[in-house]
Amino acid sequence: MAIEIEQPSVGLSKVAVSDTHGEDSPYFAGWKAYDENPYDELNNPSGVIQMGLAENQVSFDLLEAFLETHSEASSWGKGAPGFRENALFQDYHGLLSFRKAMASFMEQIRGGRAKFDPERVVLTAGATAANELLTFILADPGDALLVPTPYYPGFDRDLRWRTGVKIVPIHCDSSNNFQITPQALEAAYSEAEAMNIKVRGVLITNPSNPLGVTIQRSVLEEIFDFVTRKNIHLVSDEIYSGSVFSSSEFISIAEILEARQYKNSERVHIVYSLSKDLGLPGFRVGTIYSYNDKVVTTARRMSSFTLISSQTQYLLASMLSNKEFTENYIKTNRERLRKRYNMIIEGLRSAGIECLKGNAGLFCWMNLSPLLEKPTREGELTLWNSMLHEVKLNISPGSSCHCSEPGWFRVCFANMSEQTLEVALKRIHTFMEKRERVRNLISSQ
Amino acid sequence: MTRPRPRTNESESETRNPTGGGATAMRLIVPLQGVVQGRGGLILGTLIPCALFYFFQLYLKRHRSPKPGSNPTSPSQSSSNLSDLQRSSSRSNLSSRGSIGPVQVSSRASSIAKPNDSPYYIGLDRVSEDPYDRLDNPNGVIQLGLSENRLCFDLIEKWLSENTKDSVMGRDGVDLSISGIAPYQPSDGLMEFKVAMAGFMSQVMGRAVSFDPSQMVLTAGATPALEILCFCLADPGNAFLVPTPYYPGFDRDMRWRTGVELIPVHCRSTDNFIISITALDQAFNQTRKRGIKVRGILISNPSNPVGNLLPRETLYNLLDFAREKNIHIVSDEIFAGSMYGSEEFVSMAEILDMEDIDKNRIHIVYGLSKDLALPGFRVGVIYSFNESVLVAAKKLTRFSSISAPTQRLLISMVSDTRFIQEYIETNKKRIREMHDLFVEGLKQLGIKCAQSCAGLYCWADMSGLISSYSEKGELELWDKLLNIAKINVTPGSACHCIEPGWFRCCFTTLSQEDVVIVIERIRKVAETCKISS
Repeated sequence: MAIEIEQPSVGLSKVAVSDTHGEDSPYFAGWKAYDENPYDELNNPSGVIQMGLAENQVSFDLLEAFLETHSEASSWGKGAPGFRENALFQDYHGLLSFRKAMASFMEQIRGGRAKFDPERVVLTAGATAANELLTFILADPGDALLVPTPYYPGFDRDLRWRTGVKIVPIHCDSSNNFQITPQALEAAYSEAEAMNIKVRGVLITNPSNPLGVTIQRSVLEEIFDFVTRKNIHLVSDEIYSGSVFSSSEFISIAEILEARQYKNSERVHIVYSLSKDLGLPGFRVGTIYSYNDKVVTTARRMSSFTLISSQTQYLLASMLSNKEFTENYIKTNRERLRKRYNMIIEGLRSAGIECLKGNAGLFCWMNLSPLLEKPTREGELTLWNSMLHEVKLNISPGSSCHCSEPGWFRVCFANMSEQTLEVALKRIHTFMEKRERVRNLISSQ
Repeated sequence: MTRPRPRTNESESETRNPTGGGATAMRLIVPLQGVVQGRGGLILGTLIPCALFYFFQLYLKRHRSPKPGSNPTSPSQSSSNLSDLQRSSSRSNLSSRGSIGPVQVSSRASSIAKPNDSPYYIGLDRVSEDPYDRLDNPNGVIQLGLSENRLCFDLIEKWLSENTKDSVMGRDGVDLSISGIAPYQPSDGLMEFKVAMAGFMSQVMGRAVSFDPSQMVLTAGATPALEILCFCLADPGNAFLVPTPYYPGFDRDMRWRTGVELIPVHCRSTDNFIISITALDQAFNQTRKRGIKVRGILISNPSNPVGNLLPRETLYNLLDFAREKNIHIVSDEIFAGSMYGSEEFVSMAEILDMEDIDKNRIHIVYGLSKDLALPGFRVGVIYSFNESVLVAAKKLTRFSSISAPTQRLLISMVSDTRFIQEYIETNKKRIREMHDLFVEGLKQLGIKCAQSCAGLYCWADMSGLISSYSEKGELELWDKLLNIAKINVTPGSACHCIEPGWFRCCFTTLSQEDVVIVIERIRKVAETCKISS
């Protein structure tokens, strides 16, 4: 009998074996619990309700109506021209008609207060790819980007994993509603300097995820002045810009630049996508809009690793260049999100829970710190566990968003029907009542 | 391969936002420091070298070529594009205050931003500027530099006209949540699509092997598929051995962001450019001596640009070699369905079917850009026998997922086995006809081609036409073909071929009439070459 010699197993790279993908954090663990026991109105009414996914399902009917009445956008039947050109089209510039449509859509979202040039639109397969691509372009391995906390947990992976770039947090807290201050910016920069790390830029999300709040004009001006002083870049992820409940409340960095006649604008880059505003994350449509020619050229070439299907570009070009459709969509979507937001805020308030005053996004930033046994990260995770396994709601703990204060949670409300939201609110009510009763029992002893 | 097609009015010149590297600033500071520190004889030791140094810099700046227009694409001006970049960056450095230069991009980006200097890309640019059209631009540049298959669109269009509405939007009208294309999908592709692709790959490879959908990761094209594998198998500074000649895109796709090196393993026409294990072993040892760790071998089978198949024997030898050195093999099989000869294609998967051990080191790349002629739709496959690689690759696909409506459309198409069978057979016939016509045409001019039976191109030996048997001679011929004959072919040097004079000519973007015109144009240039030699 032959002796079994164990072959040394063939090695993999550091990227492959590292855990920088962050998929072991609670943010993703909650998803696993949901996948194993997903709520369904009819078939599984006691399952886990997914409130950790920022997806917009409130306006599907509008998209469906468009596609029904404009079937030429999605089919190449007889008489539909251009199939072979489209199927062959792998030009990393992207379809001009689609770029024009995206630029015009972005203008409409900003109420025409900023202009976008289709020649500066670089297409990527999703904002995830856009953020990673920009990081590759703006920073070398070992350099850092400054990111205000709390921030979207996916950034840890998207900005750092393959790029080798670090994130240095800009600490924000509830004392001023988590707004970014010049002191916090300077402190973060100094922190990086002290660690001998070169800062290449600041990355903000406006409106903010997970806060659900737009950044004020004065704060944007301060941030822009800061990056100009330090001669670094500014990436503004405006992926939720179309999900602001009231159009006038969103100020884009593009408006700030226009007001300053684009002086010093070559350091600014905007990220956008159709995953949130249009509720089409499955289509994989993202863009980088840069005011820097070299970044546009480089990003375009690098986008060859993450092109949008030409079929999808063709379909969406038709949809987004239809002004009647887009105007109605943007307006209706805003109203519906506002209604949802009010519903959840009221529901939480009547259960004794307060949230940060928000005006945008697909989620609210809930304050459960009074419920913590201990005002620590462990206390927060214990509470999160109860929410997940007792109340059967998957919400995102602030610690996974690097929030410096324990007890805050992001709760998504747009990825479900109103009925499901009612069920979720009821469960929270019951949970809070139970806690109240237990507390009264203890205090009366 | 994504085709770069810059617009004529887009300024690719670097003057508006130069890199502003610190290099030029240092040229000012270092000599000054020498003066301040007063080392050696103050005047002799420092001022004279400084003065010489400054005058030399001034000389260089004055003698660079003038800035070209917004279209820096013709080959003779390519070097001026590079110098243009440096000149403008130094100018801005001298004039700025505060932190040195305007805001910088990373060094990774700087190298990518440089104008294309490979003949492969320059040729593609020339075609975009002046594309041949039989009616509108009969004197334009004819494209033979892009391996695209235009021979069977009529079949796909017919299928679409009979099938699309159902396939994209669902049978019961448009319901995005039910048809499932709007929300987040698994980033590595819908399981249904994986199942369909597994069946397709098997069908396309003659049913000699079956593919397991659970070993598949889908991504937006073979370009990211290859890059993802590089990220998973190698660290920055590690290397892959690649037999030459190879597809020019590898230099960019595999190295740009990964930091990985490609080490060429030269193959010879006497072997019909099939890799020899001796050469592989030599390259491995030489690389190791330089202190670089080899992580794997990248083969393309069917090969690009030669168009031949790796025989079974060679595949076994490669496997043994990889086992002995404990490295990976990545097999790019993207042309497996573009066979036109009578030989039998053997996939790495088929070899492994018979072996039961040590499959962890084998990974296959595939895609729909060549065999199904749908490069715009972005469909690539990583097929691996290594569980850890699949787990890591799956996570990395979030940066390059396939658009859901496209997956829906293709699930239907690719699962239609009757249609696919008709497509494969017709495709094979039409590629062969075009191949035979083209190769015969070249033969009339005394130009022989390498033995090939797959791919969308032929590998032509034009060494008889070059004035000096060297890369320089080859590029001179390439230039004549591009600018006088006005055809874009890819010179062997762009593919790292060690023997000068070989050219890849893609013929599946041509019609039969075009072939006649191409041969005629080559004939004219060939005659001038013969006269002058």
